[in-house]
Amino acid sequence: MKSFNARFYGNPRVYLGLIWLAAVVIVAVFAGVFAPRDPFAIVGQPFLPPGSEGFLLGTDSLGRNVMAGLIHGARTTLMIAVLSTVAAVAFGTVLGALAGYYGGIVDDILMRLTEFFQTIPWFLFAIVLVAILSPSAMNLVIAIAVVSWPPIARVVRAEVMAVKAREFVQAAVVAGQRDMGILFGQILPNTLSPLIVTGSLMVATAILIESALSFLGLGAPGQMSWGFMIGAGRSFLRDAWWLVTVPGVVILLTVLAINLIGEGLNDALNPRLADL
Amino acid sequence: MSDPVLDIRDLHVALPAWSDRRHAVKGVSLQVNPREILCIVGESGSGKSIMGKSIMGLLPAPHVHADRGQILFEGRDLLTLGADQMRAIRGGRIAMIFQEPMTALNPLMPVGRQIDEVLEVHTELDGSARTARVRALIEDVHLPDPDRMMRSYPHQLSGGQRQRIVIAMALALEPALIIADEPTTALDVTTQAQILHLIKELQRKHGTSVLFITHDFGVVAEIADRVAVMRQGEVVEEGPADDVLVRPQHAYTQALVAAVPGLNPRGRPAEVAPPLLEIRNLVRTYRASGGLFSRGGREVKAVQSVSLSIPKGSSLALVGESGSGKTTMAKCVIGLERPDSGDILLDGQPMTGISRAQMRAFRRDVQMVFQDPFASLNPRQKVGEIIAMGPVIWGTPRPQAMAEARELLHLVGLQPEAADRYPHEFSGGQRQRIGIARALAVKPKLVVADEPVSALDVSVQKQVLELLDDLRRQFGLSMLFITHDLRVAATVCEEIAILQRGVIVEQGSTAEIFANPQHAYTRSLLDAVPGRDWISGLPAAE
Repeated sequence: MKSFNARFYGNPRVYLGLIWLAAVVIVAVFAGVFAPRDPFAIVGQPFLPPGSEGFLLGTDSLGRNVMAGLIHGARTTLMIAVLSTVAAVAFGTVLGALAGYYGGIVDDILMRLTEFFQTIPWFLFAIVLVAILSPSAMNLVIAIAVVSWPPIARVVRAEVMAVKAREFVQAAVVAGQRDMGILFGQILPNTLSPLIVTGSLMVATAILIESALSFLGLGAPGQMSWGFMIGAGRSFLRDAWWLVTVPGVVILLTVLAINLIGEGLNDALNPRLADL
Repeated sequence: MSDPVLDIRDLHVALPAWSDRRHAVKGVSLQVNPREILCIVGESGSGKSIMGKSIMGLLPAPHVHADRGQILFEGRDLLTLGADQMRAIRGGRIAMIFQEPMTALNPLMPVGRQIDEVLEVHTELDGSARTARVRALIEDVHLPDPDRMMRSYPHQLSGGQRQRIVIAMALALEPALIIADEPTTALDVTTQAQILHLIKELQRKHGTSVLFITHDFGVVAEIADRVAVMRQGEVVEEGPADDVLVRPQHAYTQALVAAVPGLNPRGRPAEVAPPLLEIRNLVRTYRASGGLFSRGGREVKAVQSVSLSIPKGSSLALVGESGSGKTTMAKCVIGLERPDSGDILLDGQPMTGISRAQMRAFRRDVQMVFQDPFASLNPRQKVGEIIAMGPVIWGTPRPQAMAEARELLHLVGLQPEAADRYPHEFSGGQRQRIGIARALAVKPKLVVADEPVSALDVSVQKQVLELLDDLRRQFGLSMLFITHDLRVAATVCEEIAILQRGVIVEQGSTAEIFANPQHAYTRSLLDAVPGRDWISGLPAAE
């Protein structure tokens, strides 16, 4: 059997994904260095096409620098996506673990709750949540996390139920370990691989939700984001194609990169017999 | 003597580049003669199954493939045949019997139809002729009521009956050669004895040659005409069964034969100690809930009113076939299951009818050695932590617990440095030693061992049994030893209780039961021990 590293890094698609994602993360972290000025500042004439003097990607309807918008938008978008995923994974894991470990009535209650959340169309639910809570970065994180945790809870529950039946868990019971020690010390570390895969793919979904909400004008006010740029540029699609196209392509590439990495993780963590 | 049916010449089977060795089979040459049963015997990793698969063209290509040698069958080299020619040979001229009959049969088709299908594909017979042939085949394998049997689905049959159907399918086209890959390993001892008898009888009747792959020298003694012993992809010894079994030449064969557990019961200790564990009228019934819309479910009486006791420092073997309730008993004693009624007393203290918190106090006193050495160790914990876990939970300071874990590793015959490694770096036998060290770490009074050696190779099995025995004496432990194998029970336990369908049918000292079995079921178990006559003829160990 090849090692995890050989299977993960030996995959050329993973390389492409990692390169793009690393670039986006670096830009997001050092946004102030790459584009020191406020992305909302008017810095030139409106509707300058890409390649104009000083504006690599042109300017928008108010004369704001599109490049600066992209750089600062990466920061907002990634932060909201990562935080909401972390929140969803944490909540979903705890709920799924408790349901899977205790079974019976606990399982019934927690799983009915999960199903309740799953039956509501998730995007409408997210819109309603942001509308009620009022748009802000924090509330976007909450809304995205609330609609994202049920699949995590289901994955963790199924894994916990499978691992729970293994003999080393019985051995821990026999040794006198307490329930929480068994659940968090013995069982959960053995459910990590599907969790990592689901979680990494969820970051991509979160980026899409955040962009869609921002497009609808429900994004964090005062913070540049990719979805907001598309929303602001959509009325000028025929005159200034780059206002929509450039952030759209960036979203596409980032989501694709994360999916490539997620799939690479999946192939590396769960090798099938066919790929032996 | 006429030409061999199967002639394997200098066969090499290569493994993928990243595996730990280059070849699974290295230069094997073997012949199977007409009307002969050749047993290939070896431990896990010896390449015996890969060889069976390469004859059938079932190697997982392209990573595992034969890269040198020939397999000559009826004058043709099987390694050079195309897929279509190979398919014709597989169904018609060479048949295979697998280890697990349930997976070899289609669960959605009556078994009669499955045999019929083989005939339909490979012969010109019309419908009524085929039906007659199917009935004859089912009668051949001694299944009762052939007409009903033909309409039965696989899940309606027992394991032994399913294996008979698979044998009937294998015989349907009168093949020249049958390859049987551990066909009785998944079966109970008594069923195994019947199936072995059947294979031998049919082989004589039809004049078929059989290549029989097994790990069990007892089975070899029952069935083989000739034996080939394999180790690490090479044949180390080959010859007539009588020679190899009674006068093994190669050191490896001698070691394997010596490791076969004998039928020499151990004596009873002179003084009778007070009982440590007492079980009185234990009952455990499983109820399958009928679901939301049906009333009442099925009931399975796993354990019905069992009583037994184990004196201090003594060991008792609970022997039974699958479904006898022996594992349920073990789980009740260890506290993983609650009995429906009855009492379990440890040192006079009741372990039943108490709360979970009170139960926890008994965890130190009763420990378990599990069956599967691969599933019973957490793959993400280091060995030292696995062993030290119990003591740490019970208040031993961590550094001291780790030091004790190293001592225990030394005691069970491993390097103390093993504490810093992960379980996957160890072999099955080594893992079972780690499992034993874990059980001893909290200094229990009673160890429950649930089939601790059934997943191990025979030579490793012997070492682990000896280790258990040594440690038991050293620590003055009592042991409840659960097994399906009377041979193993005889080697480690002074007393035996025979369990059948949740009831103890016979109980007493090992020596008495072996010398003078009272119950018919005990006698049938003893008779079913594979290679019984041969084992009794072996010089007694020690």
